[in-house]
Amino acid sequence: MTSPGFIDRFKTGLWHENPGLVQLLGLCPLLAVTSSFVNGLGLGIATLAVLIASNGLVSATRRWIQAEIRIPIYVLIIASLVTCIELIFKAWFPALDRSLGIFIPLIVTNCAIVARAEVFASRNPIGSSMADGFVMGSGFALLLMAIGAFRELLGQGSLFARMDMLLGGDPMRGLVITDGGWLLAILPPGAFFSLALAIAIKNSIDRRQREKRQQAMPGRGRHASQ
Amino acid sequence: MDFARRPSPYWSARVAVPSLMLQVLAALIPAAIAHVWFFGPGFIFNLLVASIFAVGGEWLMMVLRKRPPEVALTDYTALVTAALLAFAVPSLTPWWVTATGALFAIVVAKHLYGGLGFNIFNPAMAGYVVILIAFPMHLNLWIAPRMGDIDYQYLTVLQTLKYTLTGSLPDVLGFDAVSRATPLDVMKSGLNGMRTVSEIRANPIMGDFGGRGWEWIGNFLAIGGFWLLIKKIIRWHIPVGVGVGLMLPATIMYLVDPGSHPSPGFHLFSGATILCAFFIATDPVSAATSPKGRLVFGFGIGILIFCIRTWGSYADGVAFAVLIMNMAVPAIDLVTRPHIVGHDRKRTKPS
Repeated sequence: MTSPGFIDRFKTGLWHENPGLVQLLGLCPLLAVTSSFVNGLGLGIATLAVLIASNGLVSATRRWIQAEIRIPIYVLIIASLVTCIELIFKAWFPALDRSLGIFIPLIVTNCAIVARAEVFASRNPIGSSMADGFVMGSGFALLLMAIGAFRELLGQGSLFARMDMLLGGDPMRGLVITDGGWLLAILPPGAFFSLALAIAIKNSIDRRQREKRQQAMPGRGRHASQ
Repeated sequence: MDFARRPSPYWSARVAVPSLMLQVLAALIPAAIAHVWFFGPGFIFNLLVASIFAVGGEWLMMVLRKRPPEVALTDYTALVTAALLAFAVPSLTPWWVTATGALFAIVVAKHLYGGLGFNIFNPAMAGYVVILIAFPMHLNLWIAPRMGDIDYQYLTVLQTLKYTLTGSLPDVLGFDAVSRATPLDVMKSGLNGMRTVSEIRANPIMGDFGGRGWEWIGNFLAIGGFWLLIKKIIRWHIPVGVGVGLMLPATIMYLVDPGSHPSPGFHLFSGATILCAFFIATDPVSAATSPKGRLVFGFGIGILIFCIRTWGSYADGVAFAVLIMNMAVPAIDLVTRPHIVGHDRKRTKPS
């Protein structure tokens, strides 16, 4: 496998192979917790930390893992890391832990993490595996934050409310634009609509770029522009 | 007029969409007049708001999709969606609630799925469910019907218009003074409060079968529906399916335990049953295709309405029932494919 530059790989993780937008992995936490920006940020950070550490550990132990039982071993590694993260959240961010609830332990079942262990970390050195965990985790976290901000804005009429759950201090109201909002955006259907909207926007940007490139270089088809 | 008895790919009816939709709208007129008589002029404002936003949304989407917008505006499908939505919402509804429903119905439920002919879900019901979930307070505010001995608090045309535009009543009137629980709400909360059906039916809002006013609107809807049947614009399968699907469990439960289950007549004349049977479930795009499939489709809607009314948390379940059965339509179409003439019956099953 060739090793592309870090910038290229970052673009891949954030955009071309974004775990949430393109691979549609980890939808359960993505849809369930993004009712506000701070929830999205909290779960994004937790997932990012688990992904970096699990990619590193899987990569470090890849020579001793038997191929036949690799998935249970990945799950074991990821589960122990998630337990650490859960205890850290409980110790330092109790309010955020209560707000995210079951979805922090459920990071174990986030297929984005198992997928990166299987696809990347099990066949690459530690350094680039952890870098891969970082870019993929950031892609997922940014999507969580974007959808969280969008739904919070529509559903509550505010942005960055309750950031104190992460930063400490007095309860913060964030940027309040209006009181109350469109209830549907916070309810589960709002999550599906927001994600669909985000995917549609990404696809339309991609298509526009592809058309522009084809106009610039008429000889090269769409396969060359991947 | 020459109609295809069974829709086949090579055989089409010589009827254009606009004239069909105009006749559906005409069939709704008697019920609309009854609605205005019983529940005041709010219906007209709701219809206006829904029509403006439905047609506007249709035009916007046609322009965005680079299609000729005149076509969408002159086939009246958006107006039928708007009319159904106006029947679904209470006569006192602020304009932004109705507008949200109309825009969602047209933009998301219809055009994002590919426009007329491709929408999986009934647009009017999708729009209604969205506003029912998003604005639950506004959609529970039914005013009392204008009928004899009910203490009817009269709202003038201007007061109704002001409420539609601003969402607030005149200072002297509270919401409690003008709004009443609907018959289905009264029945549901009464049954939850361990009272018997005959006690609940002593409430002055109850009429001969359903609620006062509501059952008369139902009668006029049925007249319009039968006219559509006679003109062969809709076929009998779906209305009969809905009726049987609702009445069968309702009759059984009523016979077993008349104290805690309202009569089948109450189910038939309450809420949106008749509107659903003749006008909502018969949407040709989102319903099943073959006659047998339509019977199954209607029957499923009827059963679901009964289940939601009896055991669900909502008082009426027409919109949810229709949307759930819309999801089942591909499966229904697959298993009820008509027998092909000349082929072995077993061979026509999906392979």
